[in-house]
Amino acid sequence: MKEYEMIVIGGGAAGLSAAIEAKRHGVNVLLIDSNDKAGGQLVKQTHKFFGAKMHRAGTRGFNICKELLKESEDLGVEVLLNGLVMGIYDGDTVAVDVKVSLTEHKLMMLKAKNIVISTGASENAVRFEGWTLPGVMGAGAAQTMVNYRHVLPGKKMLMIGSGNVGLIVSYQLMQAGVEIKGIVEALPKITGWQVHASKLTREGIHIYTGYTIKKAHGTDRVTGATIAKVNPDWSLVSGSEIEVDCDFICIGAGLKPLTGLAHMAGCELIYDKALGGWAPAHNYNMETTKKGIYVAGDATGLEEASTAIEEGTIAGAAIAEATGHLSAAEAEERKAGAWRRLADLRDGFHGEERLAAKNKQLAEYDRLMGVRE
Amino acid sequence: MKADSTGILTVEELKEIGRYPSEERMKQGPIAIAECTQNIPCNPCETSCPFHAITIGERITSLPVVDPAKCVGCATCVTACSGQAIFIVDKSFSEEVGTVSFPYEYLVKFKKDDIVKCANRAGEYVCDGKVKRVVLTAKADHCYVVTLEVPISMVDEVRSVYRTWED
Ligand SMILES: Cc1cc2nc3c(=O)[nH]c(=O)nc-3n(C[C@H](O)[C@H](O)[C@H](O)COP(=O)(O)OP(=O)(O)OC[C@H]3O[C@@H](n4cnc5c(N)ncnc54)[C@H](O)[C@@H]3O)c2cc1C
Ligand code: SF4
Ligand code: SF4
Repeated sequence: MKEYEMIVIGGGAAGLSAAIEAKRHGVNVLLIDSNDKAGGQLVKQTHKFFGAKMHRAGTRGFNICKELLKESEDLGVEVLLNGLVMGIYDGDTVAVDVKVSLTEHKLMMLKAKNIVISTGASENAVRFEGWTLPGVMGAGAAQTMVNYRHVLPGKKMLMIGSGNVGLIVSYQLMQAGVEIKGIVEALPKITGWQVHASKLTREGIHIYTGYTIKKAHGTDRVTGATIAKVNPDWSLVSGSEIEVDCDFICIGAGLKPLTGLAHMAGCELIYDKALGGWAPAHNYNMETTKKGIYVAGDATGLEEASTAIEEGTIAGAAIAEATGHLSAAEAEERKAGAWRRLADLRDGFHGEERLAAKNKQLAEYDRLMGVRE
Repeated sequence: MKADSTGILTVEELKEIGRYPSEERMKQGPIAIAECTQNIPCNPCETSCPFHAITIGERITSLPVVDPAKCVGCATCVTACSGQAIFIVDKSFSEEVGTVSFPYEYLVKFKKDDIVKCANRAGEYVCDGKVKRVVLTAKADHCYVVTLEVPISMVDEVRSVYRTWED
């Protein structure tokens, strides 16, 4: 069985950063991703990112992706694409289903004492009458179709959810020529940033706050939808229905960390709404309650590409230390720098909840492992 | 703020929170308006301005403040802004017309001197305007700056080209 010093599962912003950091210090690392290209969510983010200059703010997401890919290539990070990790066994063995062709798959077993789980997140579903019809899809899926595969999912779209994903994907579909029929939001307020909402409203797009989807119409595909006002107790206001003429419906109802592998490996998970649900507890090194298994990025709580990059860097530096490529002092300098930048990113009103959840995650690790101050 | 539920800011709201330049300043020449009202952890507007006319400061979540004395209306910040929330207004031309510049990331179907329909913050058709400039710099990374000449009373309202879905 082939053995590495470190295996990274998932090549998004977090995984790439972990591999880059570790490789920079000489760690023998393999990066595995289930897609035909590394980059994760970033490959399809065509908008300019918020943040500070040092986090590449003002740069379009897919260009941040290119920079990360180039860095990892220049360093010579070994990458296995089309490889879906199905399980982690005995804490150090990774089973990979490698897609060789459309019909042919092979199983690979690989070993590493240090594993980083950076598998990102999956989209939440919303159930309503007709939700299984073709044409009802995740907002992220629609974004992949239009920005990465260059396929329009339809001509007329209704968006469920006014979070940043819902707003940004609506905008990008509109750029591609899709007619945006409206955005419904059950809460009384838009949950994404005002600037993202305003970008849509000045193009004449209506955001129906206090509304939800009642039904998707159609027999073999979406041909329309009914939306209606919601009461404070979540029942529908009768007579408030509006018919929407659309041929696809996107659901932007949030994401949750992909924790299957961590759970299987025996890492302790904690629940926090601010993290998007269940996520592995971890320590200052991003190491989970299972020795040698690390986490980073959306897989350990939904945040941003900028935070995913920093968490990946911490895991990479910690593993370089654990494998003897960095001294404790050198590693500490790298880790402390990243933690400082994370603190900046989680500053302010909108970061408060996340910061609290993240601190709880660290505290939970200490509690579970019986670590004393 | 009403915009919290609609996404549509109003001049009144912007004035109330001190985010709108004075009439006097707008009559002197072009100035940037950052229609950015929440504490986004973001500062490309500040770092992009060659004249150091926008300040966010130490805390990255603070709102951008435009210094009316330093801003020359060069529009560098318009394309640097990740939220496409910065506009340039100018009421210095005459008593009748002024200009509005805004970021534009769509297929451009108009050219200089065309008469186009103009939209307000709610996307409603409010007046006709004349295209004065369509600028795309390398640094702007595919974000155009469109400048429209509009009736002076509409300078505070127009924020995009009116969109029809027919074509
Ligand atoms: C519409 C939208 C807009 C956004 N805008 C911004 C923004 O403006 N600024 C910002 O900072 N962030 C933004 N984000 C968030 C940002 O994209 C993510 O937080 C970030 O990309 C997460 O990185 P990650 O590496 O944790 O996960 P991902 O990018 O999701 O990468 C995970 C990778 O793991 C792979 N994988 C998963 N499971 C397996 C497995 N079992 N085996 C092998 N591979 C696997 C996946 O294929 C994927 O490539 C946005 C997200 C969306 C959806
Ligand atoms: S318009 Fe030019 S001078 Fe004014 S704030 Fe923007 S970048 Fe600075
Ligand atoms: S760059 Fe734009 S969105 Fe970001 S803080 Fe400045 S004005 Fe607001």
